[in-house]
Amino acid sequence: MAYHKGISFRTPITILFIWMLLTAFLPLNALSGEEQAHHEAASHEAEKGGFNAGEVIIEHIVDAYEWHILSLGEFHLSVPFPVILYDEGQWHVFMASHFHHGHEAYKGFEIAHEGKYKGKIIRKAEDGTEIRPIDLSITKNVFSIFVASALIIIIFMGVAKAYRRTRKHAPKGLQSILEPLIVFIRDEIARTSIGEKNYERFLPYLLTVFFFIFFNNLLGIIPIFPGGANVTGNIGVTAVLALFTFFITALRGNKNYWMHIFNTPGVPWWLKFPLPLMPIIELVGVFTKPFVLMVRLFANITAGHIIILGFISLIFVFGQSSLYAGYGISVISISLSIFIFFLELLVAFIQAYVFTLLSAIYFGMATEEHHHEEQH
Amino acid sequence: MELVNPGIGLIFWMTLAFGTVFFVLAKFAWPSIMRALKEREQHIEEALQAADLTREEMKKLKIDNEKLLKEAKEERDAIMNDARKIRDKMLEDAREKANEEANRIVESARERIENEKMAAVVEMKNQLAKISIDIAEMILREKMKSSQAQTEYIDKLIDEARLN
Repeated sequence: MAYHKGISFRTPITILFIWMLLTAFLPLNALSGEEQAHHEAASHEAEKGGFNAGEVIIEHIVDAYEWHILSLGEFHLSVPFPVILYDEGQWHVFMASHFHHGHEAYKGFEIAHEGKYKGKIIRKAEDGTEIRPIDLSITKNVFSIFVASALIIIIFMGVAKAYRRTRKHAPKGLQSILEPLIVFIRDEIARTSIGEKNYERFLPYLLTVFFFIFFNNLLGIIPIFPGGANVTGNIGVTAVLALFTFFITALRGNKNYWMHIFNTPGVPWWLKFPLPLMPIIELVGVFTKPFVLMVRLFANITAGHIIILGFISLIFVFGQSSLYAGYGISVISISLSIFIFFLELLVAFIQAYVFTLLSAIYFGMATEEHHHEEQH
Repeated sequence: MELVNPGIGLIFWMTLAFGTVFFVLAKFAWPSIMRALKEREQHIEEALQAADLTREEMKKLKIDNEKLLKEAKEERDAIMNDARKIRDKMLEDAREKANEEANRIVESARERIENEKMAAVVEMKNQLAKISIDIAEMILREKMKSSQAQTEYIDKLIDEARLN
């Protein structure tokens, strides 16, 4: 077959690469001459308050009370969510649209524009200090979590039903897409990390956490409503997930595990008494493990979002100096952000995998029965 | 900085949502999925084992069949051999019998020819003897027509008798 010879033009990566090569030369022309001067002027302008890429990016990756979809001139299309506040013994529930995109106060509450609570709902006390009420509002991220949770429950209940129906037959449809992942988690993560004896007890959690992270990561990559929220790149979300792992590890830990922490075998006695150096180190390790889980997921996903938004922002940064520069750079920007999107697809899987794998390894350590002295 | 400062509300809702998902899936989805997977794996395992067993049996059966076929062939060959032998023997016997008969017929024919020949020779001898006697008689008659010759001949005979 003729089209199999030489370079295969059919792979998406090759096509992307060629596109990037071709487009790389375009903006050079666009930026030559007087455009360069405009560009330098524009960067000064940006600092003064034109297009502030940093602010825009942070705005996109942090939480919000409304889901801003688009703005056309004065028209803003956004989905408001209910605000739930507990302040001075009283509950306040109202829609976030009452703030008129943060421009107005409502019931004494307003969205701070600067300071410590920037972007959050506060109440200004009489002396002018900002008081933060207990804020249980349904925010963009909370809403996104609900969407993802509903999606996961619907999908897996359907798949479970399919399993009950097909029984010993081959999987079909959605079932056959998810089955390799389920089997992968069971065999490659749970079985190998926890061991044949205990792995089944932790499997429900591992599967749930994997698919929860994976689905939220994927939803985060989709840029249109209701995707695109930076859920797994929010430290609160990753903290909750890490805490689940932490508590399960602590609660399931057997005698061996705690013995290993407080009286590590194979270590000279003077490391444990009078100064309990090893126990302190081991105990710190107990807390750093979930902490690392939390930070890794948060940082990876947030970084991906920042990079993509950065590339997109480049278009507007250049566009401010000259329309042509904006068009020119858009080719590079879009190419690069498409590349990053592909990378993020990979990262979405890898991070879910890493979180699950590390959780499984911690569970495996907590339930290990025998100690092999030569390991210490 | 908000980026690394988790919000209470989000933590609350996240715990609730994740807890719910975990509970629902752990109760209703994962057990049946895992059971079905396990069942299917066992089923496949069993099916594979059964296939192995069947293959083994097929092999045995094939060997048996081959043995049977071989035996049958041998038997057939033996039967054919016997039949050939019998046929040959029968042919041989028939030929021998025919030869004997032919010999016998030839022998008897020859005997008869001999007898006929002997009879013919005897007949011929008798005829010859009779003709000789007739001729001799005629000659004697001719010779003894004169009395002189008769006397002479008597004398001679007397002489011969005297000598004896």
